[in-house]
Amino acid sequence: MAKRVAIVGTGQTFHTSHRPDVNGQELINEAVIRALNDADLQMKDIDAIVIGNMDHFEGINYVDCWSVDGSGGTMKPIIKLTTGGTTGCTVAIGGYHLVGSGMFDRVLIIGWEKNSESDTTGAITTAFDPIWDRLVFAGAISGLAAEAQAYMARYGATDRDAARVSVRDRKHALNNPHAHLRREVTLEQVLASPILADPIHLLDVCPRSDGACAVIMASEDVAEKICPQPDWILGTAARHSYSYLGDADYGRLTSMREGSQELWKKAGIREPRKELDVIELYQPYSFGGLIWIEDMGLVGPGEAPRYIWDGNTDMGGELPINPSGGVISCNPIGATGLIRCAEAALQVMGKAEYRQVPDVKLAFSSGFGGCWWTDMILHGRKKPH
Amino acid sequence: MVRPEQLIIASGDAVQPFAYSVGMHGSRFFTEIRDNCRFMAVRCPRCKKVYIPPRAVCGDCFVEMKEWVEVGPQGVIGTFTIIRFAFLDPETGRQKPVPYGYGFIKLDGADTLFQHYISVEEEKRLRIGARVAPVFSRERKGSIRDIEYFKVTD
Ligand SMILES: [Zn+2]
Repeated sequence: MAKRVAIVGTGQTFHTSHRPDVNGQELINEAVIRALNDADLQMKDIDAIVIGNMDHFEGINYVDCWSVDGSGGTMKPIIKLTTGGTTGCTVAIGGYHLVGSGMFDRVLIIGWEKNSESDTTGAITTAFDPIWDRLVFAGAISGLAAEAQAYMARYGATDRDAARVSVRDRKHALNNPHAHLRREVTLEQVLASPILADPIHLLDVCPRSDGACAVIMASEDVAEKICPQPDWILGTAARHSYSYLGDADYGRLTSMREGSQELWKKAGIREPRKELDVIELYQPYSFGGLIWIEDMGLVGPGEAPRYIWDGNTDMGGELPINPSGGVISCNPIGATGLIRCAEAALQVMGKAEYRQVPDVKLAFSSGFGGCWWTDMILHGRKKPH
Repeated sequence: MVRPEQLIIASGDAVQPFAYSVGMHGSRFFTEIRDNCRFMAVRCPRCKKVYIPPRAVCGDCFVEMKEWVEVGPQGVIGTFTIIRFAFLDPETGRQKPVPYGYGFIKLDGADTLFQHYISVEEEKRLRIGARVAPVFSRERKGSIRDIEYFKVTD
């Protein structure tokens, strides 16, 4: 990169299942105003905008065009990126490239969604191949269920192991005023909740939320003037592994494995479990919290259940995961990946309030979606070399 | 004070139909299914992987594929689930009937998995590794629906 890049401000709406009080443009504006206030900047200071959502969820396309009053994009360079569940992480990576290239000093990044305005599963289903995938596919949950089933068969894990992950994230959400769901649950409650698709229970999965998130990135020339402790981006990675759903290696997330290996190499990380201080994982269901941390190389194949049961990923544990409550507690899909990025930034900046992990030097955030696509960002307190 | 329901405008019931191209490889596959109840896959000349659905290019090697291989019609369940929650079928605009079983089937001789319905009439017989066979429709028209579902045979 020509310039080093840092996050200097973040803003989120209060996410909930239904926001009939605002339209999309007004929802976007709430997050943008908060991010500008957080960085103590004005709209005129922003050089370019990256925005994204899952456009067919709202049945309105071209968000970059119709929302400029709310996004602040009037007469500014603005670009839309839409990559499915990963959208929120992709817009962040896009913003990082725009600033890192040296073309722009201050870029505003926006992710948002009003999931209440459509049937999410029906809409997600249209993201897959109409000839081969669409007949039987039932949105995100069906693919995830097939992944969970394969993982359980391969390593002998159980739905009780997964429930432990759900209990963790839902407990963490109590500390986050921005989380959509803030109610503690027990293992028994998760296991007694209705099965949506074997072996996934209702309380194993994320909700559908309305909400928006905005992040401001700045180049090294101005970042420290805007924010005394910015969140430096140490690296990003993205992997898209397959075309058709049947191409996947069920029970493993290849894109997570390859992307994180690239990221550890870029940043000189040898033992991610010991070197990372906190993780904001795009984990839309509890089983992902087992499978994907193995693919990240935090623990070996089949070892995640033990690691989670021992409390290592709880607040106060060796490596807390999802202090915000994660996707299981809040999921405005086009914003979800950017919320992970913003939450990791808050941790590095020391601004995460009740959900703060002490002394965070290195944080990881990710996005997940599409045909088993993963993208990710490594955040740090120290300016990279 | 305005009530929330007064703040919402519905889109209406209109449906916009689409016409998708199946591609030359897909067309051959569906022709064979329709006329001969045969599953045709394609093999990569470089990595030798046998792909189903058949397609023109191996994404891993980025080379053209022309060598056709018959696979199946039987196979084993690679993984599966049973869908039990209600959602709108984007193809019909109506609620999809649940529960239904579907799986990723490793057809004999193929390296990727073929996705289709699996009968849940005897739910307990569904397991990873179970052998399955396809049930074809009597009147076949050259689409994925020419295969009605797979059923467990062991
Ligand atoms: Zn190949």
